[in-house]
Formats: sequence, C-alpha cells, structure tokens
Amino acid sequence: MNFPTELKYTKDHEWVRIEGDIATVGVTDFAQSELGDIVFVEIETQGETLEEHAIFGTVEAVKTVSDLFMPVSGTVVEVNAGLEADPAHVNNDPYGSGWMIKVKLSEGADLSSLLDAAAYEALVG
Amino acid sequence: MKNTSLTEKHVALGAKMVPFAGYNMPVQYAGLTQEHHCVRNAVGVFDVSHMGEFWISGPKAFDLIQYATSNDVSKLFDGKVQYSCLPNATGGIVDDLLVYRLNEEMYLLVVNASNIDKDWNHLSELNKEFGATMVNKSEETSLLAVQGPKAAEALQSLTDMNLSEMEYYTFKIGTFAGVENVVVSTTGYTGAGGFEIYFPNENANEMWDKIFAAGAPQGIEPIGLGARDTLRLEMGFCLYGNDINDTTSPLEAGLGWITKFSAPFLNSENLKAQKEAGVTRKLVAFEMIDRGIPRHDYEIGDANGNVVGVVTSGTQSPSLEKAIGLGYVPTAMTALGTEIFILIRGKALKAVVVSLPFFKK
Repeated sequence: MNFPTELKYTKDHEWVRIEGDIATVGVTDFAQSELGDIVFVEIETQGETLEEHAIFGTVEAVKTVSDLFMPVSGTVVEVNAGLEADPAHVNNDPYGSGWMIKVKLSEGADLSSLLDAAAYEALVG
Repeated sequence: MKNTSLTEKHVALGAKMVPFAGYNMPVQYAGLTQEHHCVRNAVGVFDVSHMGEFWISGPKAFDLIQYATSNDVSKLFDGKVQYSCLPNATGGIVDDLLVYRLNEEMYLLVVNASNIDKDWNHLSELNKEFGATMVNKSEETSLLAVQGPKAAEALQSLTDMNLSEMEYYTFKIGTFAGVENVVVSTTGYTGAGGFEIYFPNENANEMWDKIFAAGAPQGIEPIGLGARDTLRLEMGFCLYGNDINDTTSPLEAGLGWITKFSAPFLNSENLKAQKEAGVTRKLVAFEMIDRGIPRHDYEIGDANGNVVGVVTSGTQSPSLEKAIGLGYVPTAMTALGTEIFILIRGKALKAVVVSLPFFKK
C-alpha cells in the first residue's frame, strides 16, 4: 500500500496535493483497494463552490457505490475527463492519472484537519 | 461469526473477508472482474460451505417434500436434481433450494445459508403431518462450486466418474480426490457450467489442494462472493433476500416454471388462484440506457415521474460492460422494450426492459 509523503490525506480516504491555491484531489490507494474495480466516476459539481466535507461526486465499483467528499473548501475548477472513458485509472494509478478534481481553495480555507502520510497510514494500517 | 473449514486458506490467499449469513466469507481474491472472467472463460472455485444441507429420508420423505416444495418431486429420478422453492402459507417464499433424489426414500435439500434455521423450523413444522426422518448436516458439510467451461477438464483426473458426460442438473456419488461418498452435481449459480461438490468438513483442505493442483493447467483460480453475485445476475438467477423473499410470490418472481400445480403443496390453492387471476407486478430484467448503476432498493419510476416499483438487484455486468438489474414493476410495464426509469441520486435515469439471461452464450 502506497502513501506518498508529499500528499495530505483525509479520514474519508481522499488525498490532496496543494500547489499554490489549487488542490488536486483523488482517492487513496487504500480506498481504491477497498472499493475494488471502479466502473463509473460521476462528478457533476464543476464550477460549484463547496464546503469542506461536502459531497462532490460518487464513485461506483462493481458492487458498491461511495460518495466523494471535499477535503477542503473551494471551487471545483476542473474534473478529470480521462475518468469518463476509463475509470480504472483510479485503481491503476490513484495518485496520478486517477486524480478526480482540481479545487481552487476558498479564501482562508482551513487545511489544519488534513493528515500527513504517516498519520493516514496509521489510520488505515 | 462462523468459519468454514477453508477460512485459513482464504486468508492465506489474501482474500478480503466479509461477514455473510453469519459466516466469515471471501468476497474477493485477485479482484472481482478478473475472477468473473476466469469463471466465464476458464474455471474457478467457490467455497460455498455456508450453504445448508438437509437429508430427508424414509417412506414419508417424498410426501413431505412434495407438500413443502412448489415443483413436482414426482418428476425426479435417482441421480436427478431439481430447482424449487419452499412456499409459505401467505403467498411468499421461505427459501429457494435444490432437491436431490438419491432414491425414492432419500433426498438431499440444499438451502441458502441465511435461511438454514428458518427452513429447518418450517420443514419440521410441516413434517409433524408426515413423519419423515430429517437430519441437518449443514455444519458438517463442505461445498465447493467448481464453475466454468473448463471445469470438467480441470477435475477429470480426480475421479472415475465421467464428468463431461453428466447431464445438467444430475449428480453422482462416488470417490473424488480420494474421498469416498462425495456428491458431485452438474449444478451451479453462474451459468458457466461446472460442478458442485459436497463432502465432509474433515476432507476440506485436501480437497481444496487437490482441486487446485488438478486444475492448474486450466488456470483454475479461487473466486469470491462478489463475482458469484455478478455471475448469477448476468444469468438472471434470483438471489433470496434480494429478488425473492417472504412477501414475493414465485409467480411474480418469474418462477412459474418451478411452481407446478400437478401436485398440491403448501398454499398451492392460493397461488393457483393468483395464476388464474394474473399477478399485478412482475420481476423484470432491465439494462440501463442512461449512465448509472442500479442498486438493490433503488426506486423505479414510469415516464410520468410516478414511483412504480423497486430494484431488487443491480450491478455493472463485467461480461457485457453494461449496467443491469432486476426489479419489480406493474405487469403493464413488463413487455420487452418498455422504458422505465431508475431513480439514482435524485435523477430518473432511463432503462429498458430486456429478456433473460443478460449474458447469452
């Protein structure tokens, strides 16, 4: 199980890469492994400004459906179009081509509840 | 939580284990989709030892089973298996099951794990009128389902029984993998062909090892309950607790073909009247047209936005790469090609009624 140290994590099993005021968001290696083969990622919140913990989409595996939660407050500025054609990117490369959304952080967005890799690994280990 | 005799094998293989019907069961090993294709294209092994086995014997065995089950037991012959259900007194289904006839005074009933106690109590109550000998061997019996087009080829070296010549829904009892008195039937829950193999718990580990060794050239793999569900749903096989339950009539569920009024059974008068009057709702198969995956308990709507039914099973089909489901709708909406709408997260997504099986060989 892989938890890159340059990323931040949430208890809902999302990862976040913060670059300036843009946060790239996906689900963790642990999450994709628990979900199993992902067949559909539905994100219809592009352009919406959402609070931390709000639902920004859903991910469907063959047998289960799970909500996706905003790890930070902000505006969804981009959705990974590559997942429309091939949602298996989330299984195969959860921290790379399996990314889900880019979020423009809200003014004063609180990043203090995000976990570092060690804390997240302890949570799921 | 109970374990099967093979739980340690599953854990050692890295299976993801989940509670199911009171048992700690493997839901997947390498991955659901890969396991699914392994069964459709080659051969896979399911540990389904959680299933229940009741042995019914004696001069009253036939009469009890004929009264307790909806199918016509008189059609059975020695070595023949019959799919059937246990109707309740109020129009629903206690369970669906397999009935094996060893001889005219000896039968094996195979029931769902989640219903073992309920079925046993139900049959015991009915048996007060008959006095057949009933023995519950569920806890002592292991069951492996070896399923897939290469199943006979994979297993043939383990037995003198001619596996490829056995007709569908028949069984033999003999020596298999060195174990005596093994029941081998050409049954299953996948539509992929193959066998179900019943034997005592104490032989489970050697049986597992020998089957995997024998099937290695055919690419045999362990398969979890996740793929078991997608495989059965592609065939439109009912799952008790989802598609049928204590309140669904076998006639509504499309099980008229195992509901035979040639011999009276529990509540057969009412079911016969229901058949003559026509049912008001039926279980239909549907494929999604809009993008979305139906799930158990999602509502079904009509074109005018009225809620008219409910999804009982749904999944993304690995073989068809389409989202498929079963659900109850009013009889007027059951014609093939009828557009229905599945209510998924606040949206009415279009689907169309199709014929079964979803997966056609």
